Amino acid sequence: MSGNPEPLSPRAKLAVTAGKAAAAVSRAAGRGSGSVIGGRVALKLDPDLLARLASHLDVILVSATNGKTTTTRLIAEALRAEPEDVVSNALGANMPAGITSALAGGSRARFGVIEVDEKYLSAVARDVTPKAIALLNLSRDQLDRAAETRMLAEHWREGLAGNKALIVANADDPLVVWAASSSPNVVWVAAGQEWKDDAWSCPSCGGVLQRPGDDWVCAECGFRRPTPTWALSGDHVLDPHGSAWPIRLQLPGRANRANATTSAAVAAAFGVPPQTALERMFAVTAVAGRYDVVSYQGREVRLLLAKNPAGWLETFSLIDAPPAPVILSVNARGADGTDTSWLWDVDYGRLAGHPICVIGDRKLDLAVRLEVAGVDFQVCQSAEEAVRRCPPGRIEAIANYTAFQDLRRAVGN
Amino acid sequence: MSDSSLRVVWVYPDLLSTYGDQGNVLVVERRARQRGLHVQRVDVRSDQPVPTSGDIYLIGGGEDRPQRLAAERLVRDGGLQRAVDNGAIVFSVCAGYQIIGHEFVNDLGERQAGLGLLDVTSVRGTGERCVGDVLADMDENLRLPQLTGFENHQGVTHVGPGARPLARVRFGRGNGTGDGTEGAWNDTVFGTYMHGPVLARNPQIADLLVKLALDVNALPPVDDRWYEALRAERIAAATQPA
Ligand SMILES: [Zn+2]
Repeated sequence: MSGNPEPLSPRAKLAVTAGKAAAAVSRAAGRGSGSVIGGRVALKLDPDLLARLASHLDVILVSATNGKTTTTRLIAEALRAEPEDVVSNALGANMPAGITSALAGGSRARFGVIEVDEKYLSAVARDVTPKAIALLNLSRDQLDRAAETRMLAEHWREGLAGNKALIVANADDPLVVWAASSSPNVVWVAAGQEWKDDAWSCPSCGGVLQRPGDDWVCAECGFRRPTPTWALSGDHVLDPHGSAWPIRLQLPGRANRANATTSAAVAAAFGVPPQTALERMFAVTAVAGRYDVVSYQGREVRLLLAKNPAGWLETFSLIDAPPAPVILSVNARGADGTDTSWLWDVDYGRLAGHPICVIGDRKLDLAVRLEVAGVDFQVCQSAEEAVRRCPPGRIEAIANYTAFQDLRRAVGN
Repeated sequence: MSDSSLRVVWVYPDLLSTYGDQGNVLVVERRARQRGLHVQRVDVRSDQPVPTSGDIYLIGGGEDRPQRLAAERLVRDGGLQRAVDNGAIVFSVCAGYQIIGHEFVNDLGERQAGLGLLDVTSVRGTGERCVGDVLADMDENLRLPQLTGFENHQGVTHVGPGARPLARVRFGRGNGTGDGTEGAWNDTVFGTYMHGPVLARNPQIADLLVKLALDVNALPPVDDRWYEALRAERIAAATQPA
């Protein structure tokens, strides 16, 4: 689908080189992968660089509140016939600078599979002329700093109106449907939605949505669930012809089967049949540490990231049954959002029967939350202490954003 | 007391539950049950009538558009006003606090009528959004320990002569009027800008609501160890510069 690659202008070449140099300096200084700083330097030298880099590629954008990093990875694998076919911001640097850096990475690539922060989707979709955009879900996240959820859907809707990309969107999330339905070219996927508390109100008119079974409809204005052509059904993908393809993933949980379903629909648009796409997705194990199982102190610690109520809900549905021990860790630093009220939107009563240890900067918020939920717990001072208190075997460790990074460091991931 | 039943009504979770507001409901419910009370919790969606026979009504915070819709529907329904006339207790937070007052400014920039259950009037602030931990001294008439909470709002609420400020701010902004007041109350109706959720950080306020509803002076003690530990941590945090 991509046109003939035009050579980069001298200015763009310089920008790419300067960006790479800055990234190398940043890496050498021990500041992470350096992809963001590299992208920033490059963008400064050539503000159009993002568009220029993207013009050589079939670009697929992925955005959502939850699952965008994993889905980006699944789509990248599904499209990858040869190792150099795909460039991607695989480590989740999902704002324009990080995206620029990722796109500058491979000169022989055919596809750019790009995770985009929700707030930047409209702008990036305008700059890079994507061939496809996957929209998975929208829910409350980091409320004291992010835009309100419905405002975000409205922003997507305005930004995507008339965009010629193929939009692959979740028919089960009313906010996503609202965002996507102004676009001329949409494929609806029944990807499911476990968390419903951000979509009781009709995004169109404010009426109360009726939600019988899996359906949803606004009685006031008639805004309703579109008929999907792809669907997740148990552990199968149903394609538009009604054929069922088994999902085999190394990643756990319903949410990842939903991500695989969306990824199969995207891959099909680029000529990759569902069977091939799903087979390729099997290669994906951990994504930036998520779902990794780490041996630590004679235990197997599974690292699970849950950043917001919808994410915690999906995570509870995939952990081992009691008596599997659970470690919970919550911080409230800048990247997490500094308000911990969202803990009360999470049904921690579902952890009854698991031995629970709580850690993290905000372990006392967790303690009160669990006390009110009526489940037993222990407060520990460190990940090391929490693991030590658990019996040998598998431990499910669930943490929000910066707490997850702390946890990875603590167990040597 | 074990044969008493406490009816706790959560008003419009579909519109006013953006900031973990369910927490206030859960704390009241839990602490009443720990005292051997039978609790009947009723969640009322905005397309359902508000029952008039509840003992405690809890109203949460919400985004600007849901706030407008909630106020329209509550005014039209009339159930909450009748419940208050019957002596019910109301505890409301942020957007809910503005709605139970006389008037607020909605998402369209228009002045919109509230329920007039509390003598307060709200406008939109022109300054920076108030975000962060708050520490305040409760109105001495309430004889309660210091108020700790997390604020996140742009509203400015003026307290009229028919109500009293709920607290005096030591750290944080509160009502945003610049006079150091936070929240408001009359004998049965309470409003605050505090999230947290506020009753999880101030369980004594939850107990006060239960006592007012049952018309008793005291409740049997419960284990407040973790609440106290959290309070101490958050009070210390509020006094640190960010
Ligand atoms: Zn509608």
